Amino acid sequence: MIAVLNIDWQTLADGLALGAVYALMAVGIGLVFGVLRLVNFAYGQLVMAGAFALALASQWGWPLWAGIALCFAVVIVLSMLMDRLVFRPLRGQSPAVMLVATFAVAFLLQSVALVWFGALGKIASSVAYLNRPVTISGVDVRKITIVAVVVAAVCLLLLHLLLTRTEIGLHMRASSMDFSTARMLGVRANRVIGVAVLLSGLLAAVVAVMLTVQSPLVTPDFALRDTIIVLAGVVVGGLNRPIAATLGGFLIGFSSGVLGGALPTNQSQYLPTFLFVAVILVLLVRPRGLFDWSRTVERV
Amino acid sequence: MTLVVDKLDVRYGGVHAVRDLSFEVRGGEIVGLIGANGAGKSSTLHAIMGLAPASGSVRTGDAELVGRRPEDVARSGIALVPEGRRIFAELTVEENLRLGLAARRSRGDAKKLFAGVYELFPIVNEFRARQAGALSGGQQQQLAIARALVAEPDVLLLDEPSLGLAPTVVDVVFEALAAIRERGLAVLLVEQRAQRTVAAADRCHVLANGEVRLTLGPQDADDTDKLVAAYFS
Repeated sequence: MIAVLNIDWQTLADGLALGAVYALMAVGIGLVFGVLRLVNFAYGQLVMAGAFALALASQWGWPLWAGIALCFAVVIVLSMLMDRLVFRPLRGQSPAVMLVATFAVAFLLQSVALVWFGALGKIASSVAYLNRPVTISGVDVRKITIVAVVVAAVCLLLLHLLLTRTEIGLHMRASSMDFSTARMLGVRANRVIGVAVLLSGLLAAVVAVMLTVQSPLVTPDFALRDTIIVLAGVVVGGLNRPIAATLGGFLIGFSSGVLGGALPTNQSQYLPTFLFVAVILVLLVRPRGLFDWSRTVERV
Repeated sequence: MTLVVDKLDVRYGGVHAVRDLSFEVRGGEIVGLIGANGAGKSSTLHAIMGLAPASGSVRTGDAELVGRRPEDVARSGIALVPEGRRIFAELTVEENLRLGLAARRSRGDAKKLFAGVYELFPIVNEFRARQAGALSGGQQQQLAIARALVAEPDVLLLDEPSLGLAPTVVDVVFEALAAIRERGLAVLLVEQRAQRTVAAADRCHVLANGEVRLTLGPQDADDTDKLVAAYFS
């Protein structure tokens, strides 16, 4: 409890930034789950690949914009390859087979990173300047905090507009509710899944940039812990609802950021314990998720 | 456009659901498929739509449909109104209709298409901004047929459209089917209400064990003995 009392504005701002980044990860995972009913455990490795791209660009002396472009290119190409080489051939298989396949992809990407870059990893120094603070009303806030919140808000708004105002968005929403009926109406399965995977990849690239700024040392297990926490957040929020999943991602990111800042250094190793105990308690009380208020009763 | 089903077979593992089934539905016709539960009626529709494993031939014009994906079948001019309606309850009525446009082959004015179905089903127009799950069963059925029609199909397949509906709503559905026939569509109707279907259809195939046992015309609608004998043949 003493640790909780140590929360200051800077810690809250850091929590907000981490919540924003985790919300984007939750949306990325939720988009693919919506159309494929598949939890992509390799999502963190996409983020890791993007982070290594940034680190390499930094090592080669590329300007920041070129590093970010490389990061997006690598993550999007890997996402599309994952869809073409793994998800599409296995689409008719059981969810368990698909799930195990994403584990295999995750380990494969991590092993490739280990072989190519070594266990010590690389440093993405070109983005580190975003970690410098600016003073707002007497409070020191890191630039990345502001950037993360603004970028996440813009990404979520654009995604909302895409899903609610465009034909492909309508097809994606319908497919996430009942894919078989959507296909029967002429909605192209490959197009909808392809767009979901692409958007998910774009968000992974954005997350890769944000997380690399926050921790510039990129190792093969980069973003692995974040992915596990976000998956828990998505389940806590409500896996079947994109908005609920996003809120779940934000909530667990915010809690993680605030607790991480508030806990004394000698207790910080207990952070995951606190988080996952809270997750278990929430799921015991609301197994469908904290933010899933939908009712299944319909008129007949 | 004529739908030609030729020597269609459907098997689910060891279960032979449809056997060597052949029939035609021409534009401006209603053809009924009736029979007891498990006779193979819905399996026939699913096979035409690419939703069930099938062999044999299903054609519209020169296009062979067996083996194609459901979305490709839909985009070739065949629309299915599925059993249980399967509307998207969380979307609005208008969004459900817009989904029907996915299979449209022309890029014409969607408003005109919507006006055409609103004329047939005024209730769909009245509730177009409402969440589809809030509609009654009869209203949802009208929405499901309207959604199929905005795709401008040549062939309309209906799987038990009167199931669970009040008699007055069943009247609305059958009147709509007559109007759809007048528009020149080929209509294949699977129904449990045998007498009503025989009366409404140009001809009606009685299925049993996946095979056609008898074909009836509208003149047989009042011949109860013949209907009962057909069901138990």
